[in-house]
Amino acid sequence: MGNLKALALAAAVSLAGTAALADGIDDPARTPYYDAFKGKTVAFVPIAMGFDLTEGWAAGIRKSVEPLGVKFEVRDPNWSTEAGAQAITSLIQEKPDVIVVHNPDVQSYAKLLKKAEEAGIYVVQVNMRSSYTTDGFAGADYVSMGHQLAQHLIAKCSPANGGNGKIAIIQGVLTAAASAYQMKGIEDELAKHPEMKLVANQGADWDATKARTIMATIIQQNPDLCGAAGFWDVMDVGTGAAIKESGKKIWLITQGGGNEATCTNLANGVYSEVIEYNVMGQARDISDIIRYLLENKPKPGSTHTTLFTPLEFFTKDTMKPGQCWALDAKK
Amino acid sequence: MFRVGNVTQERIVFSFALILLIAFAIFLPGFSAAGNLLALIRSVSVLGILGVAMALVVLGRGIDLSLVSVMAMSLAWSFDLIAKGTSLAAGLAIGLASSILVGLGNGFLVAFVEIPAVFATLAMGTLIYGAGRYFLIDLDVVYLRGSGESIAWIGAGRAWGVPVPVIIFALVCAMAALFLRYAKAGYFIRAIGDNYHASRITGLPVRPIIVMQYVLSAIIGFLAGLVTTTSVASMNTRIALSTFVYDIILVVVLGGIGLSGGRGGIRNVIVGTLLIGILINGMTILDIQYTVQNVIKSVILLAAIVADTIINPRDEQTAQQGDI
Repeated sequence: MGNLKALALAAAVSLAGTAALADGIDDPARTPYYDAFKGKTVAFVPIAMGFDLTEGWAAGIRKSVEPLGVKFEVRDPNWSTEAGAQAITSLIQEKPDVIVVHNPDVQSYAKLLKKAEEAGIYVVQVNMRSSYTTDGFAGADYVSMGHQLAQHLIAKCSPANGGNGKIAIIQGVLTAAASAYQMKGIEDELAKHPEMKLVANQGADWDATKARTIMATIIQQNPDLCGAAGFWDVMDVGTGAAIKESGKKIWLITQGGGNEATCTNLANGVYSEVIEYNVMGQARDISDIIRYLLENKPKPGSTHTTLFTPLEFFTKDTMKPGQCWALDAKK
Repeated sequence: MFRVGNVTQERIVFSFALILLIAFAIFLPGFSAAGNLLALIRSVSVLGILGVAMALVVLGRGIDLSLVSVMAMSLAWSFDLIAKGTSLAAGLAIGLASSILVGLGNGFLVAFVEIPAVFATLAMGTLIYGAGRYFLIDLDVVYLRGSGESIAWIGAGRAWGVPVPVIIFALVCAMAALFLRYAKAGYFIRAIGDNYHASRITGLPVRPIIVMQYVLSAIIGFLAGLVTTTSVASMNTRIALSTFVYDIILVVVLGGIGLSGGRGGIRNVIVGTLLIGILINGMTILDIQYTVQNVIKSVILLAAIVADTIINPRDEQTAQQGDI
């Protein structure tokens, strides 16, 4: 009898033990993680919706924060800096928890961003910086991009490598952060290589038709042009069209967020090489900064996080399948 | 005394263009090469084609501020459909039909509802851009894809060594000039522009003629859009929000077509377009920055207009109410 009792006890204990293991242990970080996001609001103020970069960022941020119960809204100023300033001003009154902002230039929003932080709102900047540093920034390091871009052109066109050193640059709007910082990097690099000749350096206002006209004229004046750099792939379909029409072999490096149109154009020979700052990666970086801020709740304006986007250079031959992303798939 | 007999604005602008042309040819190496001169005309051929469209409306004392919106949205819709699998012909037909509809709408508002052309077409342009952007296409920029690539020669090809856009510009000018000179309807446009009430009393079909002007402008706009899209393999609809439409009006007015209607012809558009082309080309060769180019361009245009005002002062007797 005693033996039987002991056996039953042992069985009961072992059974209870198994049951406890099957129940698992709760992750102690879960509840505070999800609680941190409940009822929060994130507002996005891009330069404009309707093009690959901003649509990609919005889709990416939405995808990662909305399932957490965060309200995500977009205020579209449609290329108007005043409308953008107006949107930020009214957001300061409405007090969302985070404002994600895409600056049209380095000055316009600086004071407003400071005001927003003072009002207790976190401010995260995307891709183009304001002169005022806020809680977070995710985007390309344009100075470094200028350096690397120049090095690629030098490798292609330097007399030491069999070229004639003649290169041209098609910028966007000259006052945009992307243009100004990048030019600094390029100038630094070219200063070290006096054998390189910058025969033309023009702004085409982010417009393909203007880029085409300018490039056609540059080629007329310099039929032996060796390489060219454009500052945005959407504009550089025009630059590429002018080169194609001239029938010359000119190495055209362009840059962009890696939308599928970029890869198609590269495959069609519109560009020779592409520098990609992956928009989906950037969207992930932005959401990471947002989540970090909402979880740790530092005083707005007290911490500054910069996440530079890794840059990827690729040509028709080194392009991987799936290198570019399609907007529909990310919606 | 200084006699001013036949000094018209057209001649002043033409001399301006000629002086610039000679100066650039002497001082800028490579400017007068045949290749560069063709590239010069090519770069302004779309502006010139749109100038002809605008001129046809302005001659009848109207104005079409929706021209650029219609051009951008109809072509963007066409090529978006084509990229998604619609056949080339069907896609283009839909785009053309939509722009003709907009032209009819403009004409109806101006001729029958009697809304001033400035307001009717301004509102129409905004409506077309907004509705098109919201309902018809996903992104600002529509690329030339699929069967659309087979007509890339329109914007990028050459025939007998001459870029196709230049040939299209020349054809549009020739047809518009013949239309204005030999077609009854063309003749009536000038008459209506010169004196609307007299034309009406004389028995001209003034309202249908006004509707026709806006339809013509929309059709020529569609053609200009076709050249733009095929030459850069894409259509950026953001152009509808730009100041491009004012550049077109500038070409028309600069060449000497009065905004008060009835005066001028296609020759004026050509002169105005060439001046702009010479300026842009020369300054790009000089590697002058885009922003500075705009300043220089405006100063020269202003100078041309001031010169015209001094040589041809406003005449109280012939000036019409509504002159701008």
